[in-house]
Amino acid sequence: MNWNWDVVSDFMPYFWDGVVVTFQALAIGSLLAFTLGLVWAILQRSHRKWISWPVLSITEFIRNTPLLVQLFFLYYVVPEMGISMSALATGIVGLGLHYSTYTAEVYRAGIDGVPAGQWEAATALSLPRRRTWTSVILPQAFRRVVPALGNYVVAMLKDSPMIAVIGAFEMLGEARAFSNATFTIEAYAVVGVAFIVIAYPASLLIRALERRLVQ
Amino acid sequence: MSSGIFTEWFLPGVWITIQVTLYSAALAAVVAFGVGIARTHRLWIVRFVAGTYFEIFRGTSALVFMLWMAFAFPLMFGWQFVPMAAGVLALGLTYGAYGSEIVRGALQAVTAAQREAGIALSFTRGQRLRRIELPQAWPEMIPPFNNLLIELLKGTALVSVISVADMTFAGNLSRLATSESAPAYTLLLVCYFVIAFALTRGMRALERKAKAGLGQTPKKGPLSGLLSRKLNPEGEMSQARAGTAGGQG
Repeated sequence: MNWNWDVVSDFMPYFWDGVVVTFQALAIGSLLAFTLGLVWAILQRSHRKWISWPVLSITEFIRNTPLLVQLFFLYYVVPEMGISMSALATGIVGLGLHYSTYTAEVYRAGIDGVPAGQWEAATALSLPRRRTWTSVILPQAFRRVVPALGNYVVAMLKDSPMIAVIGAFEMLGEARAFSNATFTIEAYAVVGVAFIVIAYPASLLIRALERRLVQ
Repeated sequence: MSSGIFTEWFLPGVWITIQVTLYSAALAAVVAFGVGIARTHRLWIVRFVAGTYFEIFRGTSALVFMLWMAFAFPLMFGWQFVPMAAGVLALGLTYGAYGSEIVRGALQAVTAAQREAGIALSFTRGQRLRRIELPQAWPEMIPPFNNLLIELLKGTALVSVISVADMTFAGNLSRLATSESAPAYTLLLVCYFVIAFALTRGMRALERKAKAGLGQTPKKGPLSGLLSRKLNPEGEMSQARAGTAGGQG
């Protein structure tokens, strides 16, 4: 085994390009996952079966199939229907959509955790449905869900290398291209370590947040 | 998808996917129980080593580890895995780390009085674990294991990246060969869903059996056979935590 620091320093410019793409995908993907997930969670609770069942089926389907294949589907099949996006945009939509089905479960668990008395109190005060959601249920649910949502952002970080397979060059994509061009291995190690260096402090932060919010 | 690719690549690909799932699930189960039990060990050094394993494998990406095993490992040690072995090892070790959190959590949830009763009856540590703690913790592990197994199945699609000829590989081949991607990828998604559904049914049967051993019956919800596991609020939060780095502080 021969480790060469020169290779590492040659790789660094590409590495930072990759980091920027990873964080772009992560930031926009998380926003998408958070908003879509809330929409799924509320629609799944609808009393109208023709709304809740299709939403439930679609989210279950997305949740039970691999992100990798979904990315291929979005990148190769969806443009045939006339909507074409760049590789990075496709990757972001794929990540956001896939993880929205997870955040939907988190929101569901958070909403289920609000005591039934809160719903009954809202009914007793004859609050309109919208007001019940926005002023009573969601503010209490949010406190519970923030740590779990944060954890899924870290999970998403670890799944972000998949967008390299459709040609959006984030950290791993850059490492792979560099290693193939130079016949070296150091780039993979750099990226592997980078994931731990980002993921571990991030989740310690979430843990601190959890201690603060859930008491 | 043309019939040649379907019979030559796709059908064997389904079998490869199932094989990779089973092998890595078996490896993950061994790792999960080994590391999970070690993390409740009384010696701090054993807990520390097991905890470090857990944090490292949970902190890195399965795909990065898999590519490392397939491409960097042979260059570093001059010794190469069969691609499928590299995939199975990467998946088994990574998902085993997630699973160890489930095992640890379920073992710690067994009430202390049970362990004390075992000590009072002068059971050895191994006997306590085998005859008292694991039988009670086991039914609690199954629903989160079910979700993890589905995650593992989805993870097997990654082996196509290190050119193991699983069904995702066949789907890509079909796109390249026929320049028609819609049927191949749609079929692929449906296949994964069907396998996930079958696994969920199997795990549910296992759960019924395990719970019956404790004189309980699992709760039935709407659509309960069709869906992935709906966990209670605490379960959902700990599932989110198990999949990410940064554990018990």
